Amino acid sequence: MIEVAKLSKHFGSKVAVDNLSFTVAKGEVLGFLGPNGAGKSTTMRMVTGFIPPTSGDAKICGSSITENPAAAKTKIGYLPESAPLYNDMTVVGFLKFCAAIRGLVGVEKNEAVEKAIETCFLTTVAHQSIDTLSKGYRHRTCLAQALLHDPEVLILDEPTDGLDPNQKFEIRQLIKRLGETKAILFSTHILEEVEAACTRAVIVDRGKIVADGTPAELIAKAPNGSLTELFRKVTTTDTAA
Amino acid sequence: MSSLTIFHRELKSYFAQPTAYAIIVIFLILSLGFTFTFGNFMSVGDASLEYSFFFWHPWLYMLIAPAVGMKLWADEQRNGTIELLGTFPVSTWSVIVGKFLAAATVTLVALILTFPIVITVNYLGSPDNGAIISGYIGSFLVCCTFLAITMLVSACTRDQVVCLIVSVTICSIMVLCGYDDFTRELAKATSSSTVEAIIAFGVWDHFSSLNRGLFRLQDFVWFASFIGLCLLGTSTILSAKRA
Repeated sequence: MIEVAKLSKHFGSKVAVDNLSFTVAKGEVLGFLGPNGAGKSTTMRMVTGFIPPTSGDAKICGSSITENPAAAKTKIGYLPESAPLYNDMTVVGFLKFCAAIRGLVGVEKNEAVEKAIETCFLTTVAHQSIDTLSKGYRHRTCLAQALLHDPEVLILDEPTDGLDPNQKFEIRQLIKRLGETKAILFSTHILEEVEAACTRAVIVDRGKIVADGTPAELIAKAPNGSLTELFRKVTTTDTAA
Repeated sequence: MSSLTIFHRELKSYFAQPTAYAIIVIFLILSLGFTFTFGNFMSVGDASLEYSFFFWHPWLYMLIAPAVGMKLWADEQRNGTIELLGTFPVSTWSVIVGKFLAAATVTLVALILTFPIVITVNYLGSPDNGAIISGYIGSFLVCCTFLAITMLVSACTRDQVVCLIVSVTICSIMVLCGYDDFTRELAKATSSSTVEAIIAFGVWDHFSSLNRGLFRLQDFVWFASFIGLCLLGTSTILSAKRA
């Protein structure tokens, strides 16, 4: 579903992502871990086709994001890190716009919007203007946008960032449920999320994969059986780098 | 198709906020106000709109067009929504066209709402309505040119104020180049070929002929290529920024 092959990104002399390769199959939820600045967002931006890679390629359901971006992009639902939205629109208006731009029309469009609103628990704010929403609702509105066209691949950049514990729980359950039929790549730095929602996790540090395995395997590798210890052991801190 | 979706969204956004209304009202007040005061519409007694009405348009557009267009890309970059647009299955080009048409429509509405002056001049005398229509076309093309420049500047920055100031400056230079008083002074200082080159960069040469009811192919080519180049530049800048 997602096949990333030798993906690299250089910003000037700085190497943000260094020869990264991994795959996510259908029915798999891959947790993408790493300290801030490890290259998680950059990788996701390359996989979604927002920025071109310096070298390497990513294939989404067989379509290359560099050679056939239009086909690859139709298969992806993407939640960017800051959950950007058009503040002058209502939730429904925004979702209808996103559905239209994805080629949905008429009844199909309205049904997709309704379903996304239900899935992301947005019914109470559906007709509210986006600039009046709290952070949790903003995040979920942007998540709804990613689910509209029922994509085969979901790429979520810190989907639970800024949510309260109840909302975090709901979103994890949602990711787990969606992961049964889709390929999901999501980044986080909350380690318990990995155990709660992922079928597999990779830890990246300075653009490279430093650990890869199921949550159970990773815990087994850890010095005293905790993911936090493993994370601290394999990644470099800001001060050390 | 996707251009149309973008066009709808942008147009709604203009009219959902006070932006479009403020711009339209201010344009109407200033354009008609100038016509009846500095333009001496009544006292000249000439049944045409060339000097009393259309003359003021480039001066107004150099402020109005940047105000309409400054948010087009600056806002997307500030809010991060450019990341959504960049990952939707649409080409940058169709987004550029949709946005440009939406901004052009806002100014077109303002321009159309000046129609009472056409009724007035027809009531008071018998003007050449063909020349008036061609004046409107010329006026709209000048506006589109300035919008295209603003769009190009907007792609370079995430700050609307910077975009406004830079585009107003570029548009003012284009209005001043080729303005008679300015070129006369310039002719004293430099060679005639330099003056010609500067006049060619300005909008007056192309606007005035349309304003007189003269359809010249070269003017349309000038406007179309200028707008086309700016939009092409916008697309280049946007992709260069991502890389």
